[in-house]
Amino acid sequence: MTTPSQTVGPYLSIGLSWDEGPFVVPADAPGAVWLRGEIRDGNGDLVPDALVETWQADPDGRFHTPGFRGFGRCGTDDEGKWAIRTRKPGPVDGQAPHIAVSVFARGLLDRVITRVYFADEAPANAADTVLESVPEARRHTLLAAPDGDGYRFDIRLQGDDETVFFTF
Amino acid sequence: MTSPHPPLLSPGYKSTVLRAPQQAPILLPGSLGELTGPVLGEGPVASGDADLTLDGKGGEAQGQRIIVHGVVSDAAGRPVRDQLVEVWQANAAGRYLHKWDRHDAPLDPHFTGVGRALTDDEGRYRFVTVKPGAYPWGNHPNAWRPAHIHFSLFGRAFTQRLVTQMYFPDDPLFAFDPIYHSVPEFARDRLVAGFDLGATVDSWALGFRFDIVLSGDSATPWETK
Ligand SMILES: [Fe+2]
Repeated sequence: MTTPSQTVGPYLSIGLSWDEGPFVVPADAPGAVWLRGEIRDGNGDLVPDALVETWQADPDGRFHTPGFRGFGRCGTDDEGKWAIRTRKPGPVDGQAPHIAVSVFARGLLDRVITRVYFADEAPANAADTVLESVPEARRHTLLAAPDGDGYRFDIRLQGDDETVFFTF
Repeated sequence: MTSPHPPLLSPGYKSTVLRAPQQAPILLPGSLGELTGPVLGEGPVASGDADLTLDGKGGEAQGQRIIVHGVVSDAAGRPVRDQLVEVWQANAAGRYLHKWDRHDAPLDPHFTGVGRALTDDEGRYRFVTVKPGAYPWGNHPNAWRPAHIHFSLFGRAFTQRLVTQMYFPDDPLFAFDPIYHSVPEFARDRLVAGFDLGATVDSWALGFRFDIVLSGDSATPWETK
């Protein structure tokens, strides 16, 4: 009797934006990095009414560490951009460091789920069984590239270079 | 078992056409990263957040006062305790407090349309609000959304995260709404609150009940390695 999903609609920011949402860690936390990206639709147009949520382990690969919320949330702005300040997670369960991501938007009747991996973790990525299950030509859509003060992870909902999405 | 969730591509709802992914999703094995989830607790909830009718400055929202309550449980029927419930909605005239809402209907200076609450030990939540109005949207000519309240729930695991909409019983707009119709027919009534005389407060507010069942598994912290 699971309750069905419905879209967040265009006015999601009323209910789902928090001032502290994008800040998984304070600015002065050791190893704080920005994870930034933009979201585009099947036409390549920016999506200004979406929301990204992140959930991750701490740098030691642990969840629910006191003082580390592990959760981030940021709506896209008028240019379809989002940004979350966090620390890079450690490996979990023998998997490469990664962050679980939900994307919500007007026009998405259910969230879509993906993972952020890190392009500068090549040896760990090469041994990761989830990445291995993704067709090689699409794996790059899951890799955040080092960029300035953090990493860049763009999301393409549909079309060429569509981001790999997962289901449970 | 057939999924109760709407297919991402539901062309009657035009915005899905360019936003629904075209590639099939890849099955993710059960992993701590997704079988755990944030424990947000009271942090995001301030006193008064469960009453949307009071603006905290002595003002009161216009409209039909209602109580919306229910139980949040998991697929096994266990209550989901101490969990954040977030809601947002249009005002009684069908207008959102949002820069993009151009509906020619009045804003209410005493209504923001946002509420937050935590479930109690039995998984119960309760909001006091006003009944939202129906509102027009650009999907097709003379398109109106049935009155609804947006709900957001976390559950105990990333897998359980749910955002949905609660509707009101017997809305004549159901027949014309592609978002409501995107849900498989057998599951649509799960989105419709029941009128609840028992929750109705004499001479003050009508009661509605909306129970929510989250899917997916979770690993409670003591089950994790
Ligand atoms: Fe709405």
